[in-house]
Amino acid sequence: MTTGHIASKGLYFTIFAALMVLTAVTVGITYVDLGDLNLVVALGIACTKALLVVLFFMHMRWSHRLTHVAAITAIAFLVILFAFTLGDYFSRGALGELGR
Amino acid sequence: MDSTTLTAPNYLNNGHTWQSWLLTRDHKRIAILYLISISAFFALGGLFALMIRLELMTPAGDLFGAETYNKVFTMHGVAMVFFFLIPSIPATLGNFLVPMMIGAKDLAFPRINLLSWYIYVLGGLFTVAAVTLGGVDTGWTFYTPYSTAASNTHVILTGLGVFISGFSSILTGLNFIVTIHKMRAPGMTWFRLPLFIWAHYATSLIQILGTPVVAIAIALVALERLFHIGVFDPTLGGDPVLYQHLFWFYSHPAVYIMVLPAMGVISELIAAFARKEIFGYKFVAFSSLGIALVGFFVWGHHMYVSSQSAFAGMVFSILTYMVAIPSAIKVFNWTATLYRGSIAYSAPMIYAFGFLGLFLVGGLTGLFLGALGLDVHVHDTYFVVAHFHYVMVGGTIMAYLGGLHYWWPKMFGRMYSEAWARFAALVIFVGFNLTFFPQFIVGYLGMPRRYHAYPPEFQVLNVLSTAGATILGIGYLIPMIYLVYSLRKGEPAPANPWGATGLEWQTTSPPPLENFHEIPIVTEPAYAYAKQETHVG
Amino acid sequence: MASVDSSHVHHSALQHHFESLEQQKESSIFGMWLFLVTEVLFFGGMFMAYVLYRTWYPDAWLAASHHLDVTLGAVNTAVLIGSSLTMAMAVRAAQLGQRTAQVVFILATMFLGFVFLGIKAVEYSDKFAHHLVPGPNFRFEDATVARQAQIFFSVYFAMTGMHALHMVIGAGLLTWILIGAIKGRFTPEYHTPVELIGLYWHFVDIIWIFLFPLLYLVGHH
Repeated sequence: MTTGHIASKGLYFTIFAALMVLTAVTVGITYVDLGDLNLVVALGIACTKALLVVLFFMHMRWSHRLTHVAAITAIAFLVILFAFTLGDYFSRGALGELGR
Repeated sequence: MDSTTLTAPNYLNNGHTWQSWLLTRDHKRIAILYLISISAFFALGGLFALMIRLELMTPAGDLFGAETYNKVFTMHGVAMVFFFLIPSIPATLGNFLVPMMIGAKDLAFPRINLLSWYIYVLGGLFTVAAVTLGGVDTGWTFYTPYSTAASNTHVILTGLGVFISGFSSILTGLNFIVTIHKMRAPGMTWFRLPLFIWAHYATSLIQILGTPVVAIAIALVALERLFHIGVFDPTLGGDPVLYQHLFWFYSHPAVYIMVLPAMGVISELIAAFARKEIFGYKFVAFSSLGIALVGFFVWGHHMYVSSQSAFAGMVFSILTYMVAIPSAIKVFNWTATLYRGSIAYSAPMIYAFGFLGLFLVGGLTGLFLGALGLDVHVHDTYFVVAHFHYVMVGGTIMAYLGGLHYWWPKMFGRMYSEAWARFAALVIFVGFNLTFFPQFIVGYLGMPRRYHAYPPEFQVLNVLSTAGATILGIGYLIPMIYLVYSLRKGEPAPANPWGATGLEWQTTSPPPLENFHEIPIVTEPAYAYAKQETHVG
Repeated sequence: MASVDSSHVHHSALQHHFESLEQQKESSIFGMWLFLVTEVLFFGGMFMAYVLYRTWYPDAWLAASHHLDVTLGAVNTAVLIGSSLTMAMAVRAAQLGQRTAQVVFILATMFLGFVFLGIKAVEYSDKFAHHLVPGPNFRFEDATVARQAQIFFSVYFAMTGMHALHMVIGAGLLTWILIGAIKGRFTPEYHTPVELIGLYWHFVDIIWIFLFPLLYLVGHH
């Protein structure tokens, strides 16, 4: 059968509501001073929202292992790009400069 | 032998109109469209190479001014890297053979395959336009802030050409990955796949993951030139080295896009012409994946002297040594395959031997460059130039020519002249070494790259290099002549002229439109040659 | 719809090189996911620039971000999330063979997409009016962070501009499946194009889900 998993309207509306609530939270919490934690919370909420969209709207919840591998690979290589590049910037001067 | 296959219905005689070629969805015809266009770019890049070598025959910068010379080596690099090497094996041999080797009728997305060729041609046209309008002088690497703030040449036009051609690369990789996962014939398990397929699978992973990052790097350079968006602008506090990180994140794995398919070809050639299964099949298969993966962790070895931190340099250096390991595994395994093999010295095999020696030299000199301390001395000298030409030309192009010869009878139903082919292979080998070995020496002695003039003490080696380049150029012309000649006058080819294993040899030469009259069912491993009897004495 | 030959039934949408509609659909969906992988890395390069410069210039980032309208950004976020809902419903309608519902939901998605772009246009023209577009006309009230603020706006325009371009392309793709839906091309057995465009559209929504807090909600005193 090529129809694939059919989600219920109720599920979609629930996810929609959750996304709206999370959006409201992320706006609201900007006005609370948590210092550095503000960024962590904002990213955490964004990741949660993204996960909801991916799992339910994009049907990853009911799809093949191969799509999971593809999505995880994308994130992994993004992390590699960030980690190694920032690794350079954060360690500038740590071991002195080349040739000096 | 059997000339009826040339007149029997096959993919070549299935329609002779322009539309039947330019609107084809047949992966085999698309492979030939690519073959023609990448050959054109090889000729263009070769022309620029000739101009470089002519200038460098004499120490004074007398043939061109410095700015013109900058344009010449830039266009040589752009044409060769983006429009020849990156697509070469995957888009020609890969497109033709991937479906056949797995027992499929076509790639997963035939229309996207055709689209990828048109996108490639469009990108190429932008680049040719840039050349015609006066060229670009930033180096194929487009480093900022020169490319964003100072160069008054056609950076955006060339960048657009490269950006567009990146989509072609992405679509090819996407097509291969889906095809290999979803369209293998019954019985074709992962570990029965030819190593050519493993190599192209790994290459496709790199194309998917790496190309988008260079695309955004180039797009940001274009935006900075057009709209003064100052992401790399040091006067605003931007970092030009960020561009290098984004650029090399792709461009280092890109060299594996260039060499992995070549390694796939070599596995096929050595198995066929030693009549023996590849030693350590799984090691070779996994080493392709290993190269693709670890290749993404080493890009900073291009940036040792860019103001990148010493700590990052050390990390990238140790990882660079690690990425050499899977490549070395392949070379050991190919060598072990040759041991006690029944070796035939046909032209494709001569190219394979050439690859083994030249890739070895290129790979080992890569280790020289990967060492942080040594690289400080040879960075931006001809040592680097020699290194990458050994792997790219001595490696990739030798494998490409070997593969082209090996599968030529399958693709066109014609045999070429074996005598001329062997002769050309030897001319190329000699010409290549004469061109590039002196460059190791002259680079180590301190001659910088990308300069149109040099101190007189380097002239002898430069003259040798130019002489070699002339021989190499002639060597490349010879196959163009006899291969084209064979299309009309070559002996009709049998289905399996080499007696090789592999599904592509189980069907006619040239193949029928849908590759097989009946989809094969696979029951044997990839290189099921009869075990050789070992004789003592 | 389907033609019968002596051996088996061929759905009219089945392409000749595939064995079955199932294989074809799985391949197409996998192919779209691979394309989205490339998009993650594409936007990822710009996120890398963002991360670096926010780390280096936190004060400039904060000051510059204050010039973005949180309300408009939040409304746009809600609009885009809504459009993801309508897109998911459109796919569901196709799965259930509901032709009218398909058309309605695709139209709703397009409408919400245009609302988003309209609000974006309002924001952009406001930036033009206040000399906040990078280049020779850039003016920033706080001179100590003016140079780096220009980098913030460079990143802002590059990222939201690229995102908006993807939305425009999405609108084009939605038009394509709208026409298909109106013509009744999509059925429970075959509605792959709707699913594929759906995946693309949700991805564009996800990019905005990250852009909104990173650009608009840097922090308020």
